[in-house]
Amino acid sequence: MSIRSISVSNVTKRYGLHRALAGVSLELDAGSLCALLGPNGAGKSTLLGILSTLVRASSGQVAYRRDDGDERDPLALRRQIGVLAHSSFMYGELTGLENLAFYGQLYGVAEARARAQALLDDVELDERARNRPARTYSRGMLQRLALARALLHDPTVLLLDEPFTGLDRTGASSLANALADAKQSERILLVVTHDLEAIAGLTDHVVVLKRGKLVHEDRRSQAVGRADELGFSYEDLKTIYHQHTG
Amino acid sequence: MEFLSQVAAVAWKDLRVEFRSREILYTMTFFAAMVLLIFSFAFVTREGVVLPDVIPGILWVAVAFSGTLGLSRAFDRERESDTMRGLLLAPCSRTAIFLGKAIGIATFILIVEIVVVPMTAVLFGAPLFDHAVPLVLILILATIGYSVVGSVFAAMLLRTRSRDVLLPVVLYPILVPLLIAGTKATAALLEGAGDPTAVADLDAAYFWIKFLAVYDMIFIATALWTFESLVIE
Repeated sequence: MSIRSISVSNVTKRYGLHRALAGVSLELDAGSLCALLGPNGAGKSTLLGILSTLVRASSGQVAYRRDDGDERDPLALRRQIGVLAHSSFMYGELTGLENLAFYGQLYGVAEARARAQALLDDVELDERARNRPARTYSRGMLQRLALARALLHDPTVLLLDEPFTGLDRTGASSLANALADAKQSERILLVVTHDLEAIAGLTDHVVVLKRGKLVHEDRRSQAVGRADELGFSYEDLKTIYHQHTG
Repeated sequence: MEFLSQVAAVAWKDLRVEFRSREILYTMTFFAAMVLLIFSFAFVTREGVVLPDVIPGILWVAVAFSGTLGLSRAFDRERESDTMRGLLLAPCSRTAIFLGKAIGIATFILIVEIVVVPMTAVLFGAPLFDHAVPLVLILILATIGYSVVGSVFAAMLLRTRSRDVLLPVVLYPILVPLLIAGTKATAALLEGAGDPTAVADLDAAYFWIKFLAVYDMIFIATALWTFESLVIE
């Protein structure tokens, strides 16, 4: 059963004396793209880490809701979460295809190699590139490969940390299209980014974090299938960002 | 079945990465060979006489020190591109990840031992292969224990600074019983070496082999129990 929403209640994270998150609460819904904004060190990546089950919150709760109750099994949960982080999670000595096939095996993806090939087609890594060691990839190629890894197991929750980094115009536009498709297919999308232009129009939920606190939250309902019409515009996002981060 | 396939995937990935780069195996083997060579100059007299009591100690020093090099590098690789996080995000048991890593490291150490043991036999004239079965048991059990304990500590130190310095400091005290058992068991096999009337003390060797088996069981259970809490932030 797919996750329909994520409820974050009063989540705090401390690293020793440093407080990375202070009582953050928010709701993430299926079919919505939430832009998580904030200056460096605001706690965005920590929140992503907690949502992805990699980081344990010091206090507070995260509930992953299905239609028939909460998902509590960590393995079932991770099967539904796709993460694109700052690092690519790729082994430099393995080729792009081998990396994806390896992760496919860990995720229990049926026909992992075929699925990897299909995703490499989607992210436009050609035959020559996919059979080269990942250490020879450019930043943009690594980002495409990392995106393919995040989508490998067809997750219902996508947590993306600076997904547009290193992508050229074509890559960025393909990613924006992929995000629009994911949104239409009722996935939960959380995107941490400073590239406000890239997510303009797609975003219907904005959250701003500053020094670990949620300082702003705004939602706009969108008509189904018209993601480009009612989302936050670039100007909206820029105003919200500057208003709350100085 | 899925669990075993995940363990195998992690171990095979480590071996594949190593067979491409060859940095861990070359470094470990070179280091172990240098240790043996230096000690051979110190303990073999001009007349070719060897002090037999030191041979097991030299063998295990070479294995232990080269093993630390391998451990350190094998886990360092999981820091590059943050691949450990990639593994931990996968919907597979953390136990599978731990066992896969430990099997990979055990394989590296066993490969080094395949070079180091015959080298010890040649350089020191030690009749190590007179009792091949107990020798193989000693090597395998000690390697398993070493890899399991080493993987736990290497994973624990993954996010710490100065981990290269800290790893031997925290690892060796826990490995002392294993290294003593390995050394004593090997010494028992070499007892009376060079004296045609003397025989190896197989009873003592098997006592230490059983000790190694118990050590392995205790630390495998402890490692499986603690690994998840060590890798979660």
